[in-house]
Amino acid sequence: MKSFTQHTGLVAPMDRANVDTDMIIPKQFLKSIKRTGFGKNLFDELRYLDEGQPDQDCTGRPLNPDFELNHSRYQGASILLTRSNFGCGSSREHAPWALDDYGFRCLIAPSFADIFYNNCFKNGILPVVLSEEEVETLFQQMYANEGYQLAVDLAAQTVTTPDGQVFTFEIDNFRKHCLLEGLDDIGLTLEQSDAIKAYEARRREEAPWLFDALTP
Amino acid sequence: MQPKTLYDKLWDSHVVQERDDGSALIYIDRHIIHEVTSPQAFEGLRLAGRKPWRVDSILATPDHNVPTTEDERASGLEGIADPVSLIQVKTLDDNCDEYGIVEFKINDPRQGIVHIIGPETGACLPGMTVVCGDSHTATNGALGALAHGIGTSEVEHVLATQCLVSKKMKNMLVEVNGTLGPGVTPKDVILAIIGKIGTDGANGHALEFGGDVFRNMSMEGRMTVCNMAIEAGARAGMVAVDDTTIEYVRGRTYAPKGEDWERAVASWRNLHSDPGAKFDRVVTLRAEDIEPQVSWGTSPEMVGPVGSTVPDPAAETDANKREGIVRALEYMGLEPGQPIKSIKIDRVFIGSCTNARIEDMRAAAQVLKGRRVADSVKQAMVVPGSGAVKAQAEAEGLDKIFLEAGLEWREPGCSMCLAMNADRLGAGEHCASTSNRNFEGRQGYGGRTHLVSPAMAAAAAVAGHFVDVREFVAGEPA
Ligand code: SF4
Repeated sequence: MKSFTQHTGLVAPMDRANVDTDMIIPKQFLKSIKRTGFGKNLFDELRYLDEGQPDQDCTGRPLNPDFELNHSRYQGASILLTRSNFGCGSSREHAPWALDDYGFRCLIAPSFADIFYNNCFKNGILPVVLSEEEVETLFQQMYANEGYQLAVDLAAQTVTTPDGQVFTFEIDNFRKHCLLEGLDDIGLTLEQSDAIKAYEARRREEAPWLFDALTP
Repeated sequence: MQPKTLYDKLWDSHVVQERDDGSALIYIDRHIIHEVTSPQAFEGLRLAGRKPWRVDSILATPDHNVPTTEDERASGLEGIADPVSLIQVKTLDDNCDEYGIVEFKINDPRQGIVHIIGPETGACLPGMTVVCGDSHTATNGALGALAHGIGTSEVEHVLATQCLVSKKMKNMLVEVNGTLGPGVTPKDVILAIIGKIGTDGANGHALEFGGDVFRNMSMEGRMTVCNMAIEAGARAGMVAVDDTTIEYVRGRTYAPKGEDWERAVASWRNLHSDPGAKFDRVVTLRAEDIEPQVSWGTSPEMVGPVGSTVPDPAAETDANKREGIVRALEYMGLEPGQPIKSIKIDRVFIGSCTNARIEDMRAAAQVLKGRRVADSVKQAMVVPGSGAVKAQAEAEGLDKIFLEAGLEWREPGCSMCLAMNADRLGAGEHCASTSNRNFEGRQGYGGRTHLVSPAMAAAAAVAGHFVDVREFVAGEPA
């Protein structure tokens, strides 16, 4: 798994609440059996004026001039600032894959949907939860200052603005630890194979029907 | 002993190991997989030189990409016209064949939408932990199981270890007491709940549905409700086990038999929240206040009674919400203050893991019997949730009712719920849909989805616009 420790980068807006994973990566792109290459279709329906197709070369497609991520001042952004309940809807991990492939390393919002939040950590993306007021402040500063950058430090759990204001955020210890170290969590779990086998043996006694093999 | 919630009990019985950092290793009893979210997990497994831990815990079926017309299905895999969809379905077949995973392939009579075949075959049982790389896995919570969606990395983790690393969620109870009026269905109940608490209302919580309304509800209805827990922000929704649950499970293909059945039932009887159990949050609704619902916007919380009007953003005091309403009305092509009943529809979709079980088919057929789809409606289709639902509906003659009324009767799959196959809305078209998400573009690029119950969708098909099914059943509408 990819790690995240500290990151300083350009901030771009996704200024709406309840951004769902269908919006982040529309369904036609879920037909891929790979984990990569989704970045060019991130926010596809908002970003382009035509309907996107899988495996299409997107370089000649008409861009939506009203969509903020298309503005020149946000090119190269690696931190996405957005509103509450980001990532709601489908559990598709293609959503964080697309954000990652586009170049986002960190997302900042007042809240995230549960499954999406979890999926971010598996892909080295840090979702930062700040209060509604703090997020509003950041939006205002970002709109007012072209080239607005933030510095995010996972170990210290802080977001620092260009003029030195520091916002702190909460994060679970176990998620923080895995992300800082970039740990392979399957490998870690497999180190507990004996505990898993012991659990299975006990459950097989208590509730054998849970272990009745499915038959074709 | 400390009284426990249903979720506490399900959690406690599956803890393999607690860790110092507050997380726990949770054992997974049943793993359901489909073609969209599993290929990368199998690939990861192979790259790391790992194998599935317990192949016999896994059940697979393709559902999202499969075509649903009889002609296309007649030729099996060859009938999948889209080469990219075909690769995905074939990849699932190959992975299942390679590891010996039980799969209901495209034309197996047991094939269907993952969340429908789990309960229907008895592969998902009360007291189990059930996961699938799909957020509507919460459907299985109707059985008194802990069921939730996971991402593809977690699919790989469960394949490799039979466990998930989880953190315990908080407990939330939604209680609905009283008696539902005629024509008010489980779909209306869950839409009303989401309308009240919002799409992030239950974030971070496991959601239990309690009260008379759920006690008196059929299993199919409970599945409809639990299915949409995710639309209220909850990963998992659940209903306590009672006689209804046990009678539903009895005799299903993979349900325990003989002495095991007796032991299982005895243990399932304990699957309810104890009196005095502590919930972090409780929300209550009165059944009598719930009316048939229609969503007007682009988020499931943008919903209201069929007799109401589309909201006026000017009346919204919260600036972010106001902007959300403005954007939604623009996308949906609706005017503030417009009566919901004045919304004309172009297509009707009766199907999806929310509403494609046998009771849903019956409810739609009851309204459609002896009636015709309005000429102004371009297409109306009924897509059963599984081969078993299809067979049962045909045995009851429901397919005839649909066909005579001018609807299409399709083969099982996800179909126009998310339009990954060929079934989709055209840009700007309004659809009365029994599915669960009205997000922008969900049912097709530029398509406009209105979430309703099967009975309401059927009534809208006949009228050509939304109508109150309660007036409709009583007399002939204009
Ligand atoms: S029917 Fe719709 S919501 Fe249900 S699993 Fe299929 S695509 Fe997902």
